[in-house]
Amino acid sequence: MATESLARGIAESGQRAAARSNTSAGTETRKATFRVWRGAGPTGELKDYSTNVSEGMVVLDAIHQIQAETATDLAVRWNCKAGKCGSCSAEINGMPKLLCMTRLSELDLNKPVTVEPMRAFPPVKDLVTDVSSNFRAKKRIRRFTPRPPDAPDGTWRMQQADVDRVQEFRKCIECFLCQDVCHVLRDHHLHEQFVGPRLLVHAAQLEMHPLDILDRTDELKDSGGIGYCNITKCCTKVCPEHITITDNAIIPLKERVIDKHYDPLGKLVRLIRGRKREEGRGKGEAGSEGRAP
Amino acid sequence: MPEYQKHEHDVLVIGAGGAGLRAAIEAAHSGASVGLICKSLLGKAHTVMAEGGVAAALANVDDRDNWKVHFADTMRGGQYLNNWRMAELHAKEAPDRVRELEAWGTVFDRTPDGRILQRNFGGHKYPRLAHVGDRTGLEMIRTLQDYATYQPIDVHMECTIVSLLKDGNRIAGALGYDRERGRFKLFSAKAVVLATGGVGRAFSVTSNSWEYTGDGHALAYNAGAALQDMEFVQFHPTGMVWPPSVRGILVTEGVRGEGGILVNREGRRFMFDDIPENYRNQTADNEEEGWRYTQGDKNARRPPELLTRDHVARAIVKEVREGRGSPHGGVFLDISWIRAKLPNSEEHIKKKLPSMYHQFKQLADIDITKEPMEVGPTTHYVMGGVRVDGDTQMSTVPGLFAAGEVGAGLHGANRLGGNSLSDLLVFGMRAGKYAAEFAGRQATPRIDTQQADDMVRIALEPFNRQGGGEGPYQVEHDLQTMMQELVGIVRKDDEIRRALEALKALRDRARKVSVTGNREYNPGWHTALDLQNLLTVSEIIARAALERKESRGGHFRDDFPEKDPNHASFNIVIRRGPAGEVQVSREPIPDMREDLKRIIEENK
Repeated sequence: MATESLARGIAESGQRAAARSNTSAGTETRKATFRVWRGAGPTGELKDYSTNVSEGMVVLDAIHQIQAETATDLAVRWNCKAGKCGSCSAEINGMPKLLCMTRLSELDLNKPVTVEPMRAFPPVKDLVTDVSSNFRAKKRIRRFTPRPPDAPDGTWRMQQADVDRVQEFRKCIECFLCQDVCHVLRDHHLHEQFVGPRLLVHAAQLEMHPLDILDRTDELKDSGGIGYCNITKCCTKVCPEHITITDNAIIPLKERVIDKHYDPLGKLVRLIRGRKREEGRGKGEAGSEGRAP
Repeated sequence: MPEYQKHEHDVLVIGAGGAGLRAAIEAAHSGASVGLICKSLLGKAHTVMAEGGVAAALANVDDRDNWKVHFADTMRGGQYLNNWRMAELHAKEAPDRVRELEAWGTVFDRTPDGRILQRNFGGHKYPRLAHVGDRTGLEMIRTLQDYATYQPIDVHMECTIVSLLKDGNRIAGALGYDRERGRFKLFSAKAVVLATGGVGRAFSVTSNSWEYTGDGHALAYNAGAALQDMEFVQFHPTGMVWPPSVRGILVTEGVRGEGGILVNREGRRFMFDDIPENYRNQTADNEEEGWRYTQGDKNARRPPELLTRDHVARAIVKEVREGRGSPHGGVFLDISWIRAKLPNSEEHIKKKLPSMYHQFKQLADIDITKEPMEVGPTTHYVMGGVRVDGDTQMSTVPGLFAAGEVGAGLHGANRLGGNSLSDLLVFGMRAGKYAAEFAGRQATPRIDTQQADDMVRIALEPFNRQGGGEGPYQVEHDLQTMMQELVGIVRKDDEIRRALEALKALRDRARKVSVTGNREYNPGWHTALDLQNLLTVSEIIARAALERKESRGGHFRDDFPEKDPNHASFNIVIRRGPAGEVQVSREPIPDMREDLKRIIEENK
């Protein structure tokens, strides 16, 4: 039964697939121009490269083709070519994107396609920038620290619902596009004062991790500089993993900082009750606390 | 004389994917000073691409599972050419390594009672793969990376090693360059762990990134270490085939684990047509039973789509060759059909296979919850690698260790899905531990700068040929096309010989390759250097493939299409001869311990 309807489905999709390749046969290849940033360190210029493009290509394919044909020393980072490693971040027609996940069919090829490095980071060469500040910033957030195991065999019990909540943040591929658009970093260069959206997502997954027992509100306020974020949500818009960075990660963290440092009543309660509850609490509970309206 | 940036470590780990990170962490735990080399940025290594899960007999989903069944599955999958000691250690230790990851922050999907959830995968008798949707590798590498961030480990990002250095017979360190400035770095180390991954870039259709140029294989070989099983390359049955620019990108086996089926253009589910004898008892008789298996029915047997990867890949090639393929030269993989079984199938698929949904939607305009995918085999993994001691992971060169894909032995002739992530945890840990131990017993080695100076001179040659020869990309491209065609999934004596001839010509071209620009972040230069490794491993693969005159696991010979029992008792071992020639020998597999033999019998 299943097989019969399946056979029909397959036949239909075979026709669709064939149709796709037929349409492409007519317009097999065309010329397109890519206006690529070339330069070492802070100096450089946009240079035009013309190359043949065909259906299904992504911008990274075009860059590789230019590399193979004319500009063998054109510097670009890439690895997985499937949107999973976050290496090939750049600005395409001014928009922060992954080169490997931006199809040419999304772009107007009648005009040159501009490809530039992420502008929030110190330039190294061509499309490559120095993103090492992001790796250093991670050390400013204390490491994962679990509660003692739940079972005698040293394992824990967690509910899928609690796991789902942090998995949104753990999807992050560290492409640093969110850091690239954050005006605190991009325009004000406060890399040493503000860890930026990527690291706030990292902090959020730790703070809402079902097993973690640390309270990182102090370091988020001080060395993390969470107060610099004024919730313009640009980071959320460019995230290729569609993580709701501002609403789900940053705002709940800000609320915790406010609760702890700027709420006199809460301060009093904590003084009376001591810090015990805070240290012993499970973070599943803390997560829902942060999100509750 | 070239100038060097000098670094000194007890243990130098080359490669920062799962195996390298795990080795570095373990060596640091042991009190060694550790250097960690990443060819790319930290956290971008190939482990990030692993999708389906990590195999460990936790028995959380099916309590009949235990290390013995996992051991027997691994040996059967590897067609008994495995290093049985490694298969034993792997099956026994994988559960602890997975639980340890959880203690370091990994958030696996859960069972209803809150334990780590496990899923079905090809060749595994019971649901065994701990996973996080279909992005398990990302979760794993990020956990290891974050954990390592707080360890005393010196990380050298975007650094490529061009040669190992020796002090007499033992290892002394390595020579590399940093991508950013092109400066040479001289590492002195008492022990070196290779964790460089595989060789996929030797072929044109591959799921592997630019990094996978067989660096560790070539470094070890050039340093005098033995390699083994290099004829066994895994062609994953399901890579994307359309559009052309994404050809080769992996489609996780998890699709089939969740109920996805393979059909040809006639709509026939062809995997039922040919079920190998040694899997007949474990394979479903009909479609209904196969479906029940994927949904966790313990009395059902696995559907034939979940047979081992070598078998499924060849079955797909057969359909395509005989004219029953899909329009772009693959077959159809369909998960959308489960709407006939599950009311909320679309949500279910998006939840279980989120990155596959995303990948097809964005790169191929296909909604996998509504229509089938087109898939075909893609070069994915090399079972062969550095020959190591099963317990310590030390190679035949004192002080040189190997772990993960660059090591050989665990997988034999064919690797089961999910056994790679567990491999790199189990043997990454062991390599780190024993490398640190080894280093503790050694004095600081003497670095022969003459060795290093010679290597630097060779490495810089492509700049001195400016304007002369062709660029490196065309040679690399031609090498990949040739290897795909002549030493790919289906091999023949005369084709392999033609490949060896072609390699000579390519080597001549590579010797004349020239690059433009300067040493700063120059991908042309990097490719010219990687090309040397690709040529070395390609020849090794071809020589080993010529020597194994039978078909077994990942190695299929059209002229010897059957398995030959006479070939079941040895590994093919490769060494560099005194004149730089590839030496091939057959070395017997040691007799298996009686208790392990019994386990295999009991699980037949």
